[in-house]
Amino acid sequence: MEYLKLFVFAVFVSNVVLSQFLGICPFLGVSTKVSTASGMGMAVVFVMVIATLVTFLIQHCILDPLGLGFLQTIMFILVIAALVQMVEIILKKISPSLYQALGVFLPLITTNCAVLGVAILVIQKDFNLLQGLVYSISIALGFTLALVLFAGIREHLELVGVPKGVKGTPIALISAGILAMAFMGFAGLVKI
Amino acid sequence: MGTIIICAIVAMAVAGLVLSLVLYIVAQKFKVVEDPRIDQVAEVLPGANCGGCGFAGCRALAEAIVKAGDLEGKACPVGGAAVMAKVGGIMGLAAEESEPMIAVVRCNGGKCNTHKKVEYDGVLDCASANQNFSSEGGCSFGCLGLGTCVSVCKFDALHINPETQLPEVDEDKCVACRACVKTCPRKVIELRKKGKGNRRVFVSCINKEKGAVAKKNCDVACIGCGKCEKECPFGAITIENNLSYIDFNKCKSCRKCVAVCPTGAIHAVNFPPAKPKVEKVMQENTDVSASIENVEQKQTEKKKEMIATEIQNTKSE
Repeated sequence: MEYLKLFVFAVFVSNVVLSQFLGICPFLGVSTKVSTASGMGMAVVFVMVIATLVTFLIQHCILDPLGLGFLQTIMFILVIAALVQMVEIILKKISPSLYQALGVFLPLITTNCAVLGVAILVIQKDFNLLQGLVYSISIALGFTLALVLFAGIREHLELVGVPKGVKGTPIALISAGILAMAFMGFAGLVKI
Repeated sequence: MGTIIICAIVAMAVAGLVLSLVLYIVAQKFKVVEDPRIDQVAEVLPGANCGGCGFAGCRALAEAIVKAGDLEGKACPVGGAAVMAKVGGIMGLAAEESEPMIAVVRCNGGKCNTHKKVEYDGVLDCASANQNFSSEGGCSFGCLGLGTCVSVCKFDALHINPETQLPEVDEDKCVACRACVKTCPRKVIELRKKGKGNRRVFVSCINKEKGAVAKKNCDVACIGCGKCEKECPFGAITIENNLSYIDFNKCKSCRKCVAVCPTGAIHAVNFPPAKPKVEKVMQENTDVSASIENVEQKQTEKKKEMIATEIQNTKSE
């Protein structure tokens, strides 16, 4: 029950993109087609879970015992960037088909603030490892949900007569705002 | 205070070192041996990723070429023979000769030659307009003029002419990538051979309705009278479903069909302006007033001719 609550909280109530405004760059960048959006979402799930696992261990096994808590941000960035690179190299060798599917998006995630944000949030909220993993998976799924929803909206926007002045990015930003407002409806559904 | 700074520096340095070491080891261990020629071939290709070759992108084409080890059926429409020769050099193969192609808009109806019957006020996209109605002029085969082909052209080679409401191909920019051909819901645009000196002859109409119906909707429709078919000394022209089609592989650009076409549906492009007929059709911008007069005169002539042929046709039927 506790994990279900955590899941609903992370996916809907505090959606990483639409409520916490993290990872906006891929939200606007890779959301023109549903297929690429879901590909990106899968890549984020993959990376976020691994990143949370590793940063959790680093925080509790290295930074905390040494009293170096203030190095958290820079250390996490370093670790996540290296990690994504490593995953990319390994994937290319082990599973070329998965690499084909995720390959384009992996480098994009290296510096995605949503990944770093989740890693830090897990530490801040004092989750244990299992909670942290569930939280990171849920956040990543929430990210995917937002991305796919938005991509669907943008695909429809292509077909309707948008006024010339707001064609392209402006109308994308407007619809992103409306989508975020819609997600505000979930506020208070679950408390953590 | 001093110790913690040193501690932090050491921690970061160690972390950096360890990570780089791990990355290095992983990179060595999981090295994927790729044929270096893939990179070389991809380098030579234009990198437009237009998909005109039939592969997902330039790198996909490069991979396919290296993997198959031959160039059969693989050609870059953007780079043309020059690029394929380079690729052939890398692969040690002779490139397949491919004749340059160009997109041709086979409709000359538009605003000027059709009579507007309805006003379209829907989604400005050819695919959806195609489902909803025939066209403002009534022809259900011809160009809708909403410019979906223009929006898919990655090379800025298509533009809607504001006067005629028809797309025009910029011959210098078109690379025959087929994007517009695939997009057009009515298959108005066709890829045809560029021809010697860019000169080519084609039927600028794809209306399959009977002559009288087609003509009613559009002044310059092909009525399937068959004059061109009889006239063509090379057997390049066939009439099917009331529509004439010129096979660009057989056409020798003699332009005899252009001269006999009663509706002016057959166009000859880029020929020197020897005959006023040819000039009228293609060089719209040169002398508008003169050509308009010319057109009017010609059209009355054509109408007479048309009626004559119609009568003949009905008699023979």
